[in-house]
Amino acid sequence: MKTKKAIGIMDYGMGNLRSVAKAVERFGETTYVGDDLKKLAQVEKLILPGVGAFGDAVCELKKRNLFHLVRDAAKSGTPLLGICLGLQLFFERSQESPGVKGLGIWKGSVVKFPSPEQSRLKIPHMGWNDVSLKRQSTILAHVKEGSYFYFVHSYYAQPSERKLILGETNYGITFPSILGSATTFAVQFHPEKSQRAGLQILKNFIGL
Amino acid sequence: MLTRRIIPCLDVNQGRVVKGVKFVNLKDAGDPVECAKAYDRAGADELVFLDITASHEARPTTLRMVERVAESVYIPFTVGGGIRTLADIRALLKAGCDKVSLNTSAIQDPQLIRKASRRFGSQCIVVAIDAKQMSKNRWQVFTHGGRKPTKWDVVQWAKHVEKLGAGEILLTSMDRDGTKNGYDIPLTRQVAQALHIPVIASGGVGSLDHLYEGCAKGQASAVLAASIFHFGKYTIQEAKKYLAKKGIKVRLKE
Repeated sequence: MKTKKAIGIMDYGMGNLRSVAKAVERFGETTYVGDDLKKLAQVEKLILPGVGAFGDAVCELKKRNLFHLVRDAAKSGTPLLGICLGLQLFFERSQESPGVKGLGIWKGSVVKFPSPEQSRLKIPHMGWNDVSLKRQSTILAHVKEGSYFYFVHSYYAQPSERKLILGETNYGITFPSILGSATTFAVQFHPEKSQRAGLQILKNFIGL
Repeated sequence: MLTRRIIPCLDVNQGRVVKGVKFVNLKDAGDPVECAKAYDRAGADELVFLDITASHEARPTTLRMVERVAESVYIPFTVGGGIRTLADIRALLKAGCDKVSLNTSAIQDPQLIRKASRRFGSQCIVVAIDAKQMSKNRWQVFTHGGRKPTKWDVVQWAKHVEKLGAGEILLTSMDRDGTKNGYDIPLTRQVAQALHIPVIASGGVGSLDHLYEGCAKGQASAVLAASIFHFGKYTIQEAKKYLAKKGIKVRLKE
């Protein structure tokens, strides 16, 4: 029998984390939701969720000394999952907050969708959109090609390394919606709000 | 491709669903959690709970309901009705809803939209607009369930709240609400075309073709309906299949 290991969900004041915790607990996992460095250092896996602005998030992470904790986790091979803004924070910079340095776990930047005047598409990109799978990964086990997930965002990541891209989504342009390298993963959508396909991704992460 | 959202709307009073959901055999058709689960299973894309509880003292009941729904469904849901302050919004989001919908309070204090979207993010601030037609191509904003007129023209108000940071508009035609004659299409189209944020069409759905018109002619990003789903006239999947056949992109069940 697999021993139950706690999942740390980093709470740095950027959005409601209850639904992420509930979704993880559904698979029988214990969770720690908070910003206590000692407690977060003890968990087996870390989730970095978040909604809001890039610059505010970096500021809040630094205030709580979580900025280095996340970077160290990525380096040391602690499984790490970024959700929504969490994905964007893994990169070096974002157009949303010029001059602010992100976590820089992955090379590349975060840019805004083309303006509605040009694209005739609404911003934010809000609702259910499909993901086309680009590579095999344990995080994608039992996730079907073309599965729908729930998105809410106005910016998207442009990784320097194409090989990080596990799944792509189209909204006027094609952008990476699932990324991964070794033990670090990130999704632009909200798996905790994406019914079965979303829960499957969380289950895969828990099972890493 | 992004799909159009189908959103059932449930009216709740003191933590109980008014009239209830009758399309499946629920032990308790007035239990918001049972109703939400039924719609989650049925493939709804999102849910809206409109709290019509009159007294402010009953807020804890609403919060408990939101907590229970959040524990039970894995789709986004919005709560609206009676939200007056940043503290109200914080409490609801903390209880687990994804978005809050502001209506009368936004008219009384438009800065609440700006403050709320700065504090919690635009993505969770929906502004509900109740519109009444005054003349051809002119609609006025009403509050208090359509009883009180305001000085605002609907398109002007919608543009204003977008600028203040609203993430989405829930647009209800008071003329059509409850009539089953279909959405007010010219109203929906005017607002959708004037804005960069998504617009949810609401008020008047009686048939599947009304949903189609809301998407195709009204250019709404999402369509909201209540009775046609609650009473089992159509299922969510029937609605989606109908829209898909007519060329509207929707999320169909696997």
